[in-house]
Amino acid sequence: MSRRAAESAIEAVIRVSASLAIVGLVLIFVFIGKEALPVLLSQEVRQEAGLSRLFLPQSPEPSEPKEFAWQPISAIPKYSLLPLLTGTIKATVVALLFALPLALGAAVFSSEFAPSWLREIIKPSIELLAGIPSVVLGFFALMVMATYIQDLLGLDYRLNAINAGIALGLAVIPIVFTVAEDALTAVPQSYREGSIALGATPWQTAWRVVLPAAFPGIFAACVLGFGRAIGETMIVLMASGNAAVLSLSPTDPLRTLSATIAAELGEVVHGSPHYHVLFFIGTLLFLFTFATNLLGQAFVERLKQRLSGSRL
Amino acid sequence: MSRRWINRITFLFMGLTGLACATVILLVALILGHIAYHGVHHLSWEFLTTAPRAGMTEGGIFPAIFGTVFLVLLMTIAVVPLGVCTAVYLQEYAPAGSKLVHAVRLAIQNLAGVPAIVFGLFGLGFFIEFAGRSVDRLFYGGQLHFGQPAILWAALTMALLTLPTVVVATEEALRVVPRGHREAAYALGATRWQMVRYVLLPQATGGILTGTILAVSRGAGEVAPILFTGAAYYLPELPRRLNHQFMELGYHVYVMATQSPDVDATKPILYATVFVLLTLTFLLNFSAVVLRARIRRRLAEGR
Repeated sequence: MSRRAAESAIEAVIRVSASLAIVGLVLIFVFIGKEALPVLLSQEVRQEAGLSRLFLPQSPEPSEPKEFAWQPISAIPKYSLLPLLTGTIKATVVALLFALPLALGAAVFSSEFAPSWLREIIKPSIELLAGIPSVVLGFFALMVMATYIQDLLGLDYRLNAINAGIALGLAVIPIVFTVAEDALTAVPQSYREGSIALGATPWQTAWRVVLPAAFPGIFAACVLGFGRAIGETMIVLMASGNAAVLSLSPTDPLRTLSATIAAELGEVVHGSPHYHVLFFIGTLLFLFTFATNLLGQAFVERLKQRLSGSRL
Repeated sequence: MSRRWINRITFLFMGLTGLACATVILLVALILGHIAYHGVHHLSWEFLTTAPRAGMTEGGIFPAIFGTVFLVLLMTIAVVPLGVCTAVYLQEYAPAGSKLVHAVRLAIQNLAGVPAIVFGLFGLGFFIEFAGRSVDRLFYGGQLHFGQPAILWAALTMALLTLPTVVVATEEALRVVPRGHREAAYALGATRWQMVRYVLLPQATGGILTGTILAVSRGAGEVAPILFTGAAYYLPELPRRLNHQFMELGYHVYVMATQSPDVDATKPILYATVFVLLTLTFLLNFSAVVLRARIRRRLAEGR
């Protein structure tokens, strides 16, 4: 083979490998979406688990009151997604309430106030948290944290939204911290010097100058943390109690969309309405996290433009 | 505002953010300390090298360790060449402002954000139901060999999940190779591939290794993608073929923690298993951090 032919062959191989990332992402969407489509299209599946069954209140017997229930393996299967959606949102809200103040506070402290030797300790320690596998966090929440939280607050259920949310928050903290810290340190030093020179205190500089300048990045950190919380599976599967009840109380157990897939796909009959509904949930999760990611990245880009534009 | 108030607010603000920071670090220390304290008791050579006995209440976790290593090894074989080629394309081959580069970057970033459980669904829907069944139809006359959960499919699913890690680390390593090195190679008459093969890749080995280690650490810890693609709770034999199922540390932890009939009897084993899993992922992460720091220092010195 001539040298030129070899070169272009290699280039072709490299180009194809690079496009496999796109192919992978598209295949994920296509193959999950394909199994979810019968929920919208197949007459047979729709009768048992059409969109109205998933989202509107249903009564199994005409005499009984209408309700939202997720009971896919009862005699009359019920597929209302509402308990799962509220469960997911509940766990996410608790997780963010717990994680955002801690992660953002830590990011501000690390980038604005901590001396550099302390920062060298803070950053790896928090990144250590990112290295803990989620199954280990789930294990910790299930075996240890749940008991303490129950005793501390005197709750009826050991596994509840507070417990699951805090465990989930532990997984969210490193993401929010890393993105927010990057955004804060990307703010040019001259902003801080200018502010201090005008007589501002370090607190005023951080609050009125650095934080507003880094705002798109801070916002991106929150959005990416939110996306992580929605999709995380093992933690909520182990720490939430997995009861599909429609309740807004943070002391009740809950069941999330992701945990439902994990718990039920193993035993489901291939091709049954239940199977297709689980893939439908997967498609929802995919689309939702895809959207939050795009939003987060858009804000990171905006931060870059803002900071590079203002330097001119 | 009076000077005194400003001082008070400054103190409060710094105190609050410092408190947040300390809380997070304390939580990390608490979790790790608790697991290390309870996990280290049961650890022994026998625990690491024997199979579970008596319904997981006795014996060790050797098959789970073996399965985890086998899984990440297969995953590495799949993900490293793919990730390195992708990074080389993005950094070296792609024309400036190319649409493909933009699309690949977007795909990589979004791939990193797809929930692990969705990868599990994909592994089942694509690798097992589609690819596996097709292999069975073509080569085994429809007999069931590959159209079922298997270590090969779990490893490929995990490879897709860890692809962004490898690409990002390799790209970073390629980016810091000085432009002059490339120009010198071209000036000597090297083709683009020769330049990549003999100039760039040797210099980027550290970065590629860092990415690989981080990917392995992630792959060893994730459980959701392998729930339906090949992990099993108990197998009497070790996996010997690509289409066998396997035991895995993280999956072992999950099942023991949630489905054990006798929690108190399995608790010491459970803690020790978590300890082994954590030690494994931390050793990997730690070596990646050290390696990365060394590369950065060498680069800083080189300039």
